[in-house]
Amino acid sequence: MVTSDRQLTRLRGPLPAWVLGLVPSVFLAVFFGWPLLTILSRGIGGHGLELLGRSYVWRIVRFTFTQAVISTALTLALGLPGAFVLHRYAFRGRRLLLAMVTVPFVLPTVVVGLAFRALLPQAWVGTLGAIVLAHAFFNYAVVVRVVGGLWAHLDPGYEQVARTLGASPWQAFRSVTWPLLRPAVAAATALVFLFTFTSFGVVLVLGGPSTTTLEVEIYRRTAQLLDLSGAAVLAVLQLVCLALVLFVSARLQARAAVAQSLRPDANETLVRPVTFRQRLLVAATLAVITVLLAAPLAALVLASVRVRDGFGLAWWRALWSVDAGTTRASAPLDSLRVSLQYAVVTTVLSVVVGGLAACAIAYARRSGRLLDVAVTLPLGTSAVTIGFGMLLAFARPPFDLRGSWFLVPIAQSLVAIPLVLRSVLPVLRSIDPRLRAVASTLGAPPVRAWATVDLPHLARALGVGAGFACAVSLGEFGATAFLARSDAPTLPVQIVRLLSRPGETPYGAAMALATLLMVLTTVVVLAVARFDRGGAR
Amino acid sequence: MTTGLTVDDVSLSYDGRLLLDRVHLDVAPDEVVCLLGPSGSGKSSLLQIIAGLLTPDSGTARWDGADLVDLPPHRRGIGLVFQDALLFPHLDVAGNVGYGLRFGDLSPAVRRARVSDLLELVDLAGYHERTVATLSGGEAQRVALARALAPRPRLLLLDEPFGALDRELRDRLAVDVRALLHRLGTPAVHVTHDLVEAELVGDRVVRLSELLRGGLGPV
Repeated sequence: MVTSDRQLTRLRGPLPAWVLGLVPSVFLAVFFGWPLLTILSRGIGGHGLELLGRSYVWRIVRFTFTQAVISTALTLALGLPGAFVLHRYAFRGRRLLLAMVTVPFVLPTVVVGLAFRALLPQAWVGTLGAIVLAHAFFNYAVVVRVVGGLWAHLDPGYEQVARTLGASPWQAFRSVTWPLLRPAVAAATALVFLFTFTSFGVVLVLGGPSTTTLEVEIYRRTAQLLDLSGAAVLAVLQLVCLALVLFVSARLQARAAVAQSLRPDANETLVRPVTFRQRLLVAATLAVITVLLAAPLAALVLASVRVRDGFGLAWWRALWSVDAGTTRASAPLDSLRVSLQYAVVTTVLSVVVGGLAACAIAYARRSGRLLDVAVTLPLGTSAVTIGFGMLLAFARPPFDLRGSWFLVPIAQSLVAIPLVLRSVLPVLRSIDPRLRAVASTLGAPPVRAWATVDLPHLARALGVGAGFACAVSLGEFGATAFLARSDAPTLPVQIVRLLSRPGETPYGAAMALATLLMVLTTVVVLAVARFDRGGAR
Repeated sequence: MTTGLTVDDVSLSYDGRLLLDRVHLDVAPDEVVCLLGPSGSGKSSLLQIIAGLLTPDSGTARWDGADLVDLPPHRRGIGLVFQDALLFPHLDVAGNVGYGLRFGDLSPAVRRARVSDLLELVDLAGYHERTVATLSGGEAQRVALARALAPRPRLLLLDEPFGALDRELRDRLAVDVRALLHRLGTPAVHVTHDLVEAELVGDRVVRLSELLRGGLGPV
């Protein structure tokens, strides 16, 4: 950013920052802060506290940590070589592969769970192995993107210097490359751990009685046992564990931080794989991507068309049948309409609130940090906590909103707003404030100047944010599971309901619906990616 | 017999262009050679071939008559200083200078002493714990030089080491480097596109173009 003239270069809003920040702040306070407080008061004050004396609760806590640690370790073990190969070797299809790798991460968790149900033998369902594999599938892209992004820009000169100073290839990696990568590895580890620790949809679909995590238990207590106090205690326990995880990861990341000069052009660092070992590494990565990433999705599609004696569209046809539905008056496919309606509302809400928050943060300078943290907080807690908290807070007077359709898009927006913020804020900050100064010297009043100078720059970022919000809404399950009306389930909720029914028709219909949701989400995300790239040019 | 470095008939193409065409270069064991040539003429590539970081399409590099081709860079005992100092950002100054001493069997005390000696040699005594981000351009380049000299290479390659510095500093460092190399008796190939710098540093100045086609010069 330009820093020559403080007065002029300071980013100023067309309206005072506090006015812009008012709507996001109130939104967050009412729909995130208040529910969180309700959970806390219910959890600490209620009779559910006796749960903490039961050994099975601690078994669940232990399992939650264990599966997160193992999932993270496996994801790193597979993802680090992937990050290296996809960002340091030049070979045909590299870009396509990079795009493909990202697909699983944006898929709804329920779809991921069903894909692995379709892929793995029945005996695997309910095992730690199934959960860990699905988590690796889901988070592979996090490691490849975060670590690979840094690796691509790492000056190969560092390693070359080390070689001329007597370090073997392995020693050079250990003593130079690894320490320089450590910040990215720490960040990726923290993210993957966080995602797997709070993973809900995957564990609900693939877990069993002995493989239950805190999130799933909170849901089970709420939905099946109607033990809200017990669920609140577990939600508080979950928040404490999460705070601990975030604290430790922040410490580790601060320790790993290194100031270094990076190559701006990542393509400079690409080399062709020439030796046998290099080619082997590339081939192994391709194999991992095919087996781990493509196989489950292929299995899902296959399961949706495999009927008793070969292949057919019976399960797809069942999507139109009211008899196959999980509600009295609607067919499974009606969820598509429900999901799309919610997606529209969530998208509009997220773009408006997220956009206002971005402006307030950008123009408020220091005090904006607080709003930034507050907006990001829902991502760091968990969708289950959001949904459960809203259920607790708005299910009794003075706010008895039970059965109100708009709780769902509000909860989904809480998850989507941070993504809108992250796509808009950098663009907003990069706009040269002098442009608007020019506009005002030409006679434009403040709001007009903003609308004619800044807003056009933001259009693309807002579009990308809208796309993300739409994708989030379509796939959101953690919060929606608590809030969706029983006669109007969204696609993910419908899929899980079908899955819990006996018989092969609901199972097949669940696979078909999951395939539909997979295609829908992928189309939205690819559209966003196209849109985004168009802006880079 | 010590004949030093012999580069014989080395050719290299890059992106379908013949960058180095049958290059021949001799460097005596006590000699500092300055290699002069415009940018993009393949000087850096030649150094990387000598250091073992780049494999030529054909030709050999020998030291005292023994072929270097099959030796990986870390076994060649040839140091290289790049144009940007490329100090390891996760290590302090002492960690950078001592980096090349890790791979021998020197005791920690000997290593520490060697690091101090070298820092003194490049006029940076007491800089041990400075973080590399706080160094000026000239200081960083001197640390890079000390780092390259620490494992006592049998040959030092300098790839436009002062290219990023201003004129005055450049000339001063050039004189310093020449004195240093002579004091240590380390042979060197110093690559530059600056004739003044070349004459300040080198015992002998050669143009890359004179080395092409087995010493016949350009077509």
